[in-house]
Amino acid sequence: MGISNIVFAVLLIGAAALFGFQVSKIRRNILLGKDVDRNDRSGERWKLMARVALGQSKMVTRPVSGLLHILVYAGFVIINIEVLEIVIDGVFGTHRVLSFMGGFYSFLIGSFEILALLVLLACVVFLIRRNIAHIARFRSREMTGWPKSDANIILIVEILLMSALLTMNASDQLLQAMGSDHYVRAGAFPVSQFITPLLAGMSEGQLIMVERATWWFHIVGILLFLNYLPISKHFHILLAFPNVYYSNLKAKGEMTNMEKVTQEVKLMMDPNADPYAAPAEPTGEPERFGAKDVRDLTWKNLMDAYTCTECGRCTSSCPANITGKLLSPRKIMMDTRDRLVEVGKNIDKHGADYDDGKSLLGDYITEEELWACTTCNACVQECPVNISPLEIIVDLRRYLVMEESKSPTELTGMFNNVENNGAPWAFPQADRLKWAEEA
Amino acid sequence: MAEMMAAGDSPDVLFWVGCAGSFDDRAKKITKAIVKILNKANVKFAVLGAEEGCTGDPARRAGNEFLFQMQAMMNIQVLDAYEIKKIVTGCPHCFNTMKNEYPQLGGNYEVIHHSQLIQELIDTGKLQIEGGGAFKGKKITFHDPCYLGRANDVYEAPRALLEKLDAELVEMKRCRAKGLCCGAGGAQMFKEAEKGNKEVNIERTEEALEVKPAIIATGCPFCNTMMTDGVKNFNKEEETSVLDIAELISQAADL
Ligand code: SF4
Ligand code: SF4
Repeated sequence: MGISNIVFAVLLIGAAALFGFQVSKIRRNILLGKDVDRNDRSGERWKLMARVALGQSKMVTRPVSGLLHILVYAGFVIINIEVLEIVIDGVFGTHRVLSFMGGFYSFLIGSFEILALLVLLACVVFLIRRNIAHIARFRSREMTGWPKSDANIILIVEILLMSALLTMNASDQLLQAMGSDHYVRAGAFPVSQFITPLLAGMSEGQLIMVERATWWFHIVGILLFLNYLPISKHFHILLAFPNVYYSNLKAKGEMTNMEKVTQEVKLMMDPNADPYAAPAEPTGEPERFGAKDVRDLTWKNLMDAYTCTECGRCTSSCPANITGKLLSPRKIMMDTRDRLVEVGKNIDKHGADYDDGKSLLGDYITEEELWACTTCNACVQECPVNISPLEIIVDLRRYLVMEESKSPTELTGMFNNVENNGAPWAFPQADRLKWAEEA
Repeated sequence: MAEMMAAGDSPDVLFWVGCAGSFDDRAKKITKAIVKILNKANVKFAVLGAEEGCTGDPARRAGNEFLFQMQAMMNIQVLDAYEIKKIVTGCPHCFNTMKNEYPQLGGNYEVIHHSQLIQELIDTGKLQIEGGGAFKGKKITFHDPCYLGRANDVYEAPRALLEKLDAELVEMKRCRAKGLCCGAGGAQMFKEAEKGNKEVNIERTEEALEVKPAIIATGCPFCNTMMTDGVKNFNKEEETSVLDIAELISQAADL
């Protein structure tokens, strides 16, 4: 075992530890949310996960991006089988340790190469779609600055990784042909054989340098990328699975019931209730109605926020957004995530009870955005990873209305009508049967 | 309903008229069409009349959970007092709320939308339409109400009815699960839209008019208002009318 193996092992352990640390922070942040039970009907949940997350069934409703995405996803996952070999080689100083599989090994390497090429091409198309083609959902207000760079960084890194893999194979091939020590004859190279002319004329030493450099670039790149995930929308490649598993299985039209309100309403309507009875022992700090900040949301809402891929399918199907309103369901998710990250950093710096005086509502999401929503569920329907921006919107509205009595004046009027006449308009309830007389 | 109860009788189904169906002049016509159909098919039904109150849908979507639950509990009390088992609604919002949200508060009923009931009546032969009547061969497009379609995955019942009319059913670009909202949901019906560059109903009507339909069919009184306003906005009332599924069926059956 040489020095390079030790360096490799240290890098590997370091990267894994850092990744574990980042994941634990995200987990902690998600669990800041309120509890909600999503552990029922596990059979159905596994099936849903297989279909929507693994099978990407909701991606293909938009065929071009859907199919390209499946390619990149499948390619990336399958090619990463090779990382297994790279890791073993790296730690033990072997070379192409799995080549004992013979023909099957050649088949694998050959397939990886073809996939690598396809992934690379798909990423180029994605870059064009994002930066050159005029696709509205990539040009919204919230897609400037970091989110835009994030998407480009991911694509460029994937292109670089795939190029490194292919260049590595090209140099390896030449070294194999030279009969260089250590470079066993193994693998099939349907794609990288076309790169070899670029390397022709290099000496054995130079080729070994190219081979080693691309090998290190590839694996270090992957380790860095691994640790880039948690600060990027690309984290969806992992969270998509649990997020879909914990999907809402009820009818999309059903809104969550606020139990606390039910208790109070029951008390109000119960003629036998003693109005002077001591209220039940308050447990802990009084919970607010609706949501003002991320901790008032459920852990599933927060997991949604970390899972959001920023694809904008929700926003591009949102009637409010389509007609130029400020509301963008994607922004709702991005704001929730940004705020949650901020709250998490506050906890790290100042302890769990620190209040920075900011909140999701107001500092991130404005009332104007909230009041534009028609609760049409298009965003929920479209989301490829079963996120619900609508739940967050309604919870923020609940806070506005029930804690701050803030709603557009016409809606306050509507509330009054419902309360007094049992209808959203100012007609007396006694007239409800008038239509029958007109018949 | 009170009368039926007093006579010691009970209905097979309660027709939940809804606020729009009770008060809105346009929607009242839909209510009457539904009643005609129920009568024609000899369905024993009742309405609550003055004992009916808003289901609470707009209050809940607008964030007023207290008001929603008050309304819901009052309605549940009335429905339970009459021992109602099955409810048909003339509005997808009432349908969704009573079907999905009343059970949360102890109100359990079999709730169906009027398009589903009419389909049932035709399928069981209780209601007949011969040859599609006035709508034979006409171009009809169906606007999916969000609370019927996406919210409850009912896409086929209204379409099955349109097929009975022998009409030419043409779909808009955005239909079924991808259908675009008319702009009324989430209590938007009762307020001015937020600042934007277009009204949602205009966007939707534009899309509907692209297929040049003789009729835009809907299954929701609010969609109906929105689409009717949209058609007026484009001065297309002559060429295109907006009708509820129930109105189409009742006219086709010459009721
Ligand atoms: S539910 Fe609200 S946010 Fe989602 S698409 Fe409809 S209007 Fe937009
Ligand atoms: S919420 Fe879903 S649809 Fe919207 S941007 Fe995020 S991942 Fe895409």
